[in-house]
Amino acid sequence: MGEDIISALKENVIQGRKTKDDEGIDDDMAGKPAVLELTQQALDETIPVEDIISKGLTAGMEVVGEKFSSKEYFIPDMLASAEAVGAAMDILKPYLEDSNVEMKGKFAIATVKGDIHDIGKNIVAILLKGAGYEVYDLGIDVPTEKIVQYVKENNPDFLGLSALLTTTMVVMSEIIEGLKENGVRDKVRILIGGAAVSDEYAREIGADAYCVDGFGAVKVLEAFGQVKA
Amino acid sequence: MPREGILIDAPLQRMTTEQTERIHQASLEILNDPGLVCFNQEAAETFGSHGADVTPVSPSDRPCWLVRIPERLVSQAIESAPKSVKLGARNPDNTLVLRGDESRVHFISGSETNIWLDVDFPAYVKKSDPSVEITVPEFHPRRGTVADLCKSAHVCEHLETLDGYIRTVNIQDKDITEDNKDVNKFFASLDNTTKHVMSGLTSLGQLDNVLNMARLIAGGEEELRENPIISFITCLVKSPLQFVDDTTQTFIEICRRGLPIVVSSSPQAGSTAPIKEAGILVQINAEVLAGITLSQLVNKGTPVIYGSVPVRARMDTLGDSYGAVETSQYNVDCAQLARFYGLPNYSTSGVCDTKTPGQQASIERLFSDILVTLSGPQYLHCAYGLLDCNSVFCLLQAVLDDAHFKMIKFFLRPPRIGESEIADIQKQIRDVAVTPQKLYISYVRKVMRSGELSEPYSFEGDGETDNVFALAYERMNELLAKPVQHIDQGTTSRIFQEIPGLLPRLNVYEKGRS
Repeated sequence: MGEDIISALKENVIQGRKTKDDEGIDDDMAGKPAVLELTQQALDETIPVEDIISKGLTAGMEVVGEKFSSKEYFIPDMLASAEAVGAAMDILKPYLEDSNVEMKGKFAIATVKGDIHDIGKNIVAILLKGAGYEVYDLGIDVPTEKIVQYVKENNPDFLGLSALLTTTMVVMSEIIEGLKENGVRDKVRILIGGAAVSDEYAREIGADAYCVDGFGAVKVLEAFGQVKA
Repeated sequence: MPREGILIDAPLQRMTTEQTERIHQASLEILNDPGLVCFNQEAAETFGSHGADVTPVSPSDRPCWLVRIPERLVSQAIESAPKSVKLGARNPDNTLVLRGDESRVHFISGSETNIWLDVDFPAYVKKSDPSVEITVPEFHPRRGTVADLCKSAHVCEHLETLDGYIRTVNIQDKDITEDNKDVNKFFASLDNTTKHVMSGLTSLGQLDNVLNMARLIAGGEEELRENPIISFITCLVKSPLQFVDDTTQTFIEICRRGLPIVVSSSPQAGSTAPIKEAGILVQINAEVLAGITLSQLVNKGTPVIYGSVPVRARMDTLGDSYGAVETSQYNVDCAQLARFYGLPNYSTSGVCDTKTPGQQASIERLFSDILVTLSGPQYLHCAYGLLDCNSVFCLLQAVLDDAHFKMIKFFLRPPRIGESEIADIQKQIRDVAVTPQKLYISYVRKVMRSGELSEPYSFEGDGETDNVFALAYERMNELLAKPVQHIDQGTTSRIFQEIPGLLPRLNVYEKGRS
């Protein structure tokens, strides 16, 4: 029974079905239990949280990643699966402390002051949550002081900053200066992204990495060796 | 089921109804005064016996007649010419139905070029940094052969958007003569594509051999009439307003045999036709109407297609300029004239002035391909692979053109805006509006897999690299590696026994070939 649920969980991650109302990719999936329902069912059946995550959610995401690499899947598929996994992690969160599962780190993300564009930020948030990070979305047009304050008080492992406009990208530099002034710059790894910025700009302002897109962010974090700052 | 082509609901028109009628009227007046000069005696006599004013032209170095065609004959011909022409195919699923009252466009290859353009990709080393090596496509022109024609028909068989085949290259092998060219070009084409095959005829003496071959393939005389797997195009007109002796005779003989035929005229604005739009239209329309009239006088009911290939002259060389913007205007106008008569239209697009594939070729081709397609000609000779104004054929370019037509066909899909669609979309918008991320991405996935989304450009490179030619070349070789359904062995055997002049090397069942 437990194996069936885990197997169904993995399959539904591959299908990108968060709830039973989602259609997925194959025909006639709508109405059948999806990732959220199966995760709850797995908890009810007292299946170990480690198994739910590693054999169900992560195993499913691995297949999704392979399908994406082989161009069978596209970004909407990846996002649907990541969103389903992220939602499952919300259900599992209270059980994590009693299990051997450790989250990959806290990731705070924001669109900087003066910039209201959030598509890229939202996609990054979904993908990172699906990849096992605790994501804290601070929103759009977030004042520099608020971001600095958040880092001081909550100690995130990573800070993601997004800017679409050439007029707002300079704010990223101000944030880094603010973190330095408050003595927390070295406690957080800073990733920047958005249409206006580049690898060169990241180096110029002293960020730790530039991410070309959401997948780039996941790769950068993997390259950090999942070592918390 | 015939091939679908692409239906243009509201064809692009440049002329008002009044302007179209004025061109029509002016063409009729031109056919009466000055009339046309006919170098073919039978045609002149046919016109004369039906009431045209025919007078010998003298002095003249060759016998010719001035033919003044009365409006009545033209009107009767327009009336009796079939408004729908069926072009059959070896594979019945590739049949084309050209209805004069329906602007359903079919995309066709052709036409015959002397030069075949090969491509290869030599590597070059950067002088300032020998560690950097790049490959650059190089194009090598040479005379076309019958093997090239087979190759071209083979690839065209697999080009998704290509609906019918006009031979792309003139076969110039040493063992090809005036007397065996027709049977070999038709056989090479028919054996390598199951789509409709249209061609001109080099020698009238070969007409019956070609027809016998077609009968053998179609299964008999009646079967060929029901499923005309071949049709003909004849340039009986030499602009301005002249009927050439030999092609007119060929035209008459084909009409007698009742197979579909295109009356094609290709005046050049600025040299053989007036440079102004109204001028070339009045003349080409008169020339095509004269041909249609002759077809109906020879054999009432001959399935005839209004063939218009108007082109503007280049001012630097007085050569054809298919890339000129006006050439597209003329073609769009002619599609409108054919529609005015309710007759199917053979039109032209995609031919470009440049000699090799590249940016100019793509710009010139896409410009005319899009616009002329929008005007709704039923049989669009859109020149897959043709370069240098009808002189050069490049198979790589044909593969590139297929990608262009996929885009054009996709664009021309009718919009889906119905009540249920609106209701679904409203629900979607309401559902997404209340989510924190406000993204519609989750709704994309089914649509993405339903074929409702256009695909990225077929030859898109990775990152910022432009690998278009290399990727198209790969695709070309993939298509060449795909099998084609040749004519079956028994029929092939009969064809080689009964039709004289066929080159033995074209028999794929010959020992060592199959």
